[in-house]
Amino acid sequence: MAEANYPADLLYHPEHDWARLEELHATLGITWYAQDALGEVVFFEPPAVGTELIKDEPYAEVESVKAVSDVIAPLSGEIVEVNQALADSPEKINQDPYGEGWLVKIRLSEPAERDGLMDVQAYTQSLTG
Amino acid sequence: MTQTPQQREETLTIFQKGASGRRAFQCPQIDVPPAGGELLPGRFRRSAPPRLPEVSEPEIVRHYVRLSKRNFDLDSGFYPLGSCTMKHNPRLHERVAALAGHARLHPLQDPERAQGALELMWNLQQALAEISGLPHVSLQPSAGSHGELAGVLLTRAYHEAKGEHRHKVLTPDTAHGTNPATVTMAGLEVVKVATNSDGGVDVEDLRAKADGDVACLMLTNPNTLGLFDPNIAEIAEIVHGVGATLYYDGANLNAVMGISRPGDMGFDIVHFNLHKSFTQPHGGGGPGSGPIAVSDRIAPFLPRPLVVRSEDGAFDLNHDSPTSSKSIGRLRGFQGNYGCFVRAYAYICSLGADGLKDASETAVLNANYLLARLKDKNAHPPVAEYLPLAYGELCLHEFVLSGGPMKRALQIKTLDLAKRLLDFGFHPPTVYFPLLVEEALMVEPTETETKETLDAFADAIAQILREAETDGPEVAQNAPYTTPVRRLDEVAAAKHPVIRQAL
Repeated sequence: MAEANYPADLLYHPEHDWARLEELHATLGITWYAQDALGEVVFFEPPAVGTELIKDEPYAEVESVKAVSDVIAPLSGEIVEVNQALADSPEKINQDPYGEGWLVKIRLSEPAERDGLMDVQAYTQSLTG
Repeated sequence: MTQTPQQREETLTIFQKGASGRRAFQCPQIDVPPAGGELLPGRFRRSAPPRLPEVSEPEIVRHYVRLSKRNFDLDSGFYPLGSCTMKHNPRLHERVAALAGHARLHPLQDPERAQGALELMWNLQQALAEISGLPHVSLQPSAGSHGELAGVLLTRAYHEAKGEHRHKVLTPDTAHGTNPATVTMAGLEVVKVATNSDGGVDVEDLRAKADGDVACLMLTNPNTLGLFDPNIAEIAEIVHGVGATLYYDGANLNAVMGISRPGDMGFDIVHFNLHKSFTQPHGGGGPGSGPIAVSDRIAPFLPRPLVVRSEDGAFDLNHDSPTSSKSIGRLRGFQGNYGCFVRAYAYICSLGADGLKDASETAVLNANYLLARLKDKNAHPPVAEYLPLAYGELCLHEFVLSGGPMKRALQIKTLDLAKRLLDFGFHPPTVYFPLLVEEALMVEPTETETKETLDAFADAIAQILREAETDGPEVAQNAPYTTPVRRLDEVAAAKHPVIRQAL
């Protein structure tokens, strides 16, 4: 994905993560800005299913040709699924950060935390501000 | 575009050259009785001869000379690799390091017969103690990262001797990647401290995170942004106030030698990078040297053996008894990379105290001159609008530019600029570090470069931006054109490396 793109149906965390909420579950990933800043992703190692995520704490590492970076949890919860396809094709994080490049799915433990996340207007404003 | 002769050349490994039975050297016939068969137990003996290259002497020489020509090194061109201090290595140092008494000394030689080498090491320890303002030195660590590990192990030993098990180490978010790696390797936990708007340590964040669990703060001053932290006295007070130690990463010592001393700033432990600040041929991965200097309270824990001088002036290695000593022990076999000690000592002796100060002042002057050239408002194109300084107005021995505006306006990334610089005969600066600067470009010219070289580098940057303005981003995006290999596929190199030479 060559051009900046931030879908309106997602919630955003200041560490450049997104969350797509489906009732008490959420799919998590990193934003277009994050993958652009990282450069080409070489490895993504997801944590195991069952791992507890704590909002604002790192839960995984993503390695690009430039650096290894922590991925920060936008919400708290337990991992119920990880994107296995990324083991062989981590470039999906660059090519399709909101679709095939999703990272993990979690069951929310603190659903009210969503109120602390940004909507698309607030997030894109934080990028230009 | 037509290929250069080097690009057309097929590169073979030394194993793919030569012919069976060919030799560069023939051993003379053995003229002593062979040792008995039981000297080495059978299970350690080879059943077949080793598979070594079988080549003539000219083939060996040409092979490695040809490889060296495919490399970029400091002897070929300007190498402003930020944070690495790629200064010229004076040829005098090679001459003294090659003297037989240095180069041919066996590491197992009895100290009584290695007095000259031990004296050199002892003198180097005294010099490093004076430069750092910390009186106790160990030369053992083999590299900066190894010195860091020694420092963290010393910190742990210091706290444990008081019955305290502190598990946190604070590092600024501008720190070198080796800092968190070292902390993790030593079994402690990294806590990052934020950077303030001036590029220094966020003192309030430090105060909030400094507590009784903190073992140490690791700091580089000047830091990775090339800025001297003016709050260092307050930082030291906060860290010492909670009983933690203060560790100085000596990566950027080249900015302050003979001007300010880590010991006077309140640091307890310092590592030096002899291969950076005190010249060595480096950049290919070794050998390096990362001695440490420490304060009185840390001294009992220093690695053993220590180089000592007795009252009669004789030098020796002091091993201590392992049971009575508080030492963290030995960090490596033998005493360190001795060739690095010789070169560093030669450098210190040739320059003297005033000369070292001159070196630092010139390093800072060169960096600021180059920065001023790149900030020139009347330049065409306006380089500073594409590549602004990330923090501050002036710098110490290096500075960090942000390629963010360049990427947005011209569609060329810092990586493209760096690759294009190779076509101008310059080694690129450090890129994408520190991480908190968008599209970072970190430039460290060092004191050994001339004004003409600095001007030519500034002109090359302007030229690359001008090309992008007039001819489009493709020129830089497809660079380099003239190097032995063109742009490499870094993703494929990381994920699917092709190891052509089976070992």
